[in-house]
Order: sequence, then C-alpha cells, then structure tokens
Amino acid sequence: MSETMTIAPEQKAATGNSNKMLFAMVGIGLMCALLIVLTYEGTKPIIAKNKAEALEQAIFKVLPGTVTTAGYYWGGNAFSPLKGTEAEGQRVYAGFSESGTLTGFALPAVGLGYAGEIRVLYGYDPAQEALVGFYVLENKETPGLGDKIEKDPAFLANFEALSVAVAADGNSLKNEITYAKSGEKQNAWEVDGITGATISSKAVTEALSTSTAEWVPRLYEAKERFNPQTQSHE
Amino acid sequence: MNKPTDKSGFFAALEDSPSADTFLRGLWKDNPVFVQVLGMCPVLAVTNTSMNALAMGLATAFVLLMSNVLVSSLRHFIPKQVRIASYILIIATFVTITDYAIMAISVELHKSLGAFISLIVVNCLILSRAEAFASKNTVGQSMLDALGMGVGFTFALLCLGVVREVLGSGSVFGFGLFPDGFQNWIVMILPAGGFFTLAIWLLLFNILKQKRATT
Repeated sequence: MSETMTIAPEQKAATGNSNKMLFAMVGIGLMCALLIVLTYEGTKPIIAKNKAEALEQAIFKVLPGTVTTAGYYWGGNAFSPLKGTEAEGQRVYAGFSESGTLTGFALPAVGLGYAGEIRVLYGYDPAQEALVGFYVLENKETPGLGDKIEKDPAFLANFEALSVAVAADGNSLKNEITYAKSGEKQNAWEVDGITGATISSKAVTEALSTSTAEWVPRLYEAKERFNPQTQSHE
Repeated sequence: MNKPTDKSGFFAALEDSPSADTFLRGLWKDNPVFVQVLGMCPVLAVTNTSMNALAMGLATAFVLLMSNVLVSSLRHFIPKQVRIASYILIIATFVTITDYAIMAISVELHKSLGAFISLIVVNCLILSRAEAFASKNTVGQSMLDALGMGVGFTFALLCLGVVREVLGSGSVFGFGLFPDGFQNWIVMILPAGGFFTLAIWLLLFNILKQKRATT
C-alpha cells in the first residue's frame, strides 16, 4: 500500500515531464520546418535563375559567336526541345549566331578526378568537326595542382580545335579523343596533359572521350535539323 | 584586468557599460579564434581568399545571431533534458536557410565555399554560445554576445584570408596587387598555409596579451 502511494506521484511527474519534452521538441521542429519551407520557396526561383544564367554564360564561353541558345534532349532516336525535367546527361544546348546560323552544340560531361567529380561543358562545332571550347563547371581538385585544368593556358589550348571527325559509317568517331603526356601531343585528336595534374587532366580527357563518342555521331547526322525556327523560347 | 591598448575616452566609456562589455568580449578579449581557438575547421579550410573568409564569417555570424536570439527567447520553454537536441535543431535550421540564401546571392560563391556552409552546424562556437550564454541570459544580452562573437570570428577569418590571398594569389578580394607579376606562394592557399598563418596570428596575439599582462 505504502509502496504504491510513493510511486504514483513520481510516475505522474515523469509523464508530465516527458509530455513537456515532447511538446518542446515537436514545437521547435514544426517552427524550424516552417522557416525552412518559407526560405526554400522564397529563394527557389532566384536560385533557378542564377543557375540558368551561369549555364548560359558557360555556353557562350564554349561556343564562340553565339548570341542565342536553345536546349534539346535526346529521346532515343530524335532530338526534342528541352522541357526542363530531363537528366543532365541527356541534354544538349544548341547555339546560334546573330544571323541565325548554328554555331555548334554545348554538352555537359562528367569525369572522376582526384578529389571527386569534375563537371565540364564543351562546345562541338559540326562545321569544323572539332571541339571549339571548354569550361569547367565544377571541380574539387587540389588548388594549385589539379585545378590547373581550369586555368592552364597550354591545357586550354587543346580545346580550341580538337578533332572529333565522324567515321565513314556515321556511327562512331574516326579517332576517339586520347590522352598524351605533356608535350607529347602529335595528332589533332590528342589532349596534351598537364605535368603535376595528371589525374585531373586524364579525367577530363576521359570524360570528353566518352561523351563525344556517344554524342558527336548523333549530332553530326542531325545537324541540319537544328535551326532557330525550332528553338524553344524559355 | 585586461584593457584594450587604446585607452581613449570612447573605449573607457564602453568598458564601463555592461552591454558594451558583452559585445567587446567576443570581438577582442575572448576572440573565438585567437583566444578560445574554436571552430578551427572553417578557419583553416575556407580562408584561402579574402572573399571566402568574409562570406564564411558573415554566414557564421548570421547563424550565431539568429540561433542565440531563438535559444534565448525559448530558454524557459525548453526542458533541460532535451536542450542540446533543441539547440542543434535550431542551429541546423538557420544553416539551411543560410545555404539557400548564399545560393540565391551567388552560385559562384556557393561553389567556392562548398560543403563548409553545411558544416557550420557543427561549428562548436555556435553551440557553445547557445549553451554557455544564450540559455542563461536575456534576448538583448544574447544578441549582443552573438554580434560580438560573430564580428570577432569574421575579423579573425579575414585576418587569415587577407594574408593568405596576398601571399598565395598576389591579390586582395580578387584585385591584383602586383602589376609586374608576383611569384605566388602556392603553399599559402593549400591547407598547410592555413596552419602557418594561424600559427603566426596566434603568436602575435599571445605576445600582445603577455605584454599587456606585464604592464
């Protein structure tokens, strides 16, 4: 009898206490969730606009002479205007000059570098059958070493006219892009590496090699069908 | 008692007021980086340029201010058994908000700060101010404390960032200082440079402190 008398109030206090804890945590949780949702909704359009602008700037950089761009995706057998929901790996951006002629295509590519993914954007000009521009969108490479892929003038010169001619059968490249040690580049389809940034420059080369082998024959065949009339206005 | 070296009327008047003392403590006497040596992860990692240092400092100061205000205003409501969990929840919320805000301000800046924005959550400076100060003081006092500590942290980050950028990239806030070309000390923008610079600043601060203690 006396035992139950002493335990009961304690139990009551304990439940009261845990209720208080529960209310405090749930209350703070709800308040925090509300704050995050408000910020997310408030900043979402600005962030999307910033990212689109950054990408557009990059497209202008990799396709010289471009004034308007239009996004497309590969649906398996044909190109259609971009709806905005497609995965990045299926996207391609066509660039047009002031007079409305096709300046080329900008494509994203991803390679595995020394410290994580390297995301690049390159420009392909079907008229020259060559890569004409290159820009690093994102990398985590070592500053001063691996990040030379962004700044090294000799390395960037590789992508002013890197040959990606399509083979006679129309389904593959005559020569896939390959890596050459710094200073040992001999052919127009080789990428001259960077001493001290071998892994990073190799990763970029592999990313370009894989992406061009898949996309260039496709784009080369369809190049006539891209004109400003069909471009999507975003 | 330690006094700032500048003993003009302004500082003397400030020292007498308790609110100003709360503010100045974070800024100088208890500087979170140079005296308390707290939050070393961002101090070493994102001070390779002045801009990164400034952005990181301001982001941390904002989170510190908002979480201190909220913790302090909820201090009678939060049961002590779940206080740490509640503080972390509040801090994480403001870090997420800061993350979105920085992304909205500049994609470029967000790119260069990378994962370190999310890592503000685990900056021990913020949790220590919530636990040691905000949970025991009024909202006004906590706000002053957060401002002092936040400005002090930003100041310390800038001290490192400016030195590292000048020596490592030959510029300040992206503006080149040496038009005739400058052999950049690559090591200064690498992690090792962070340790060197921090060591030199700590040395300077300790010499200053000792001098003041002896006089």
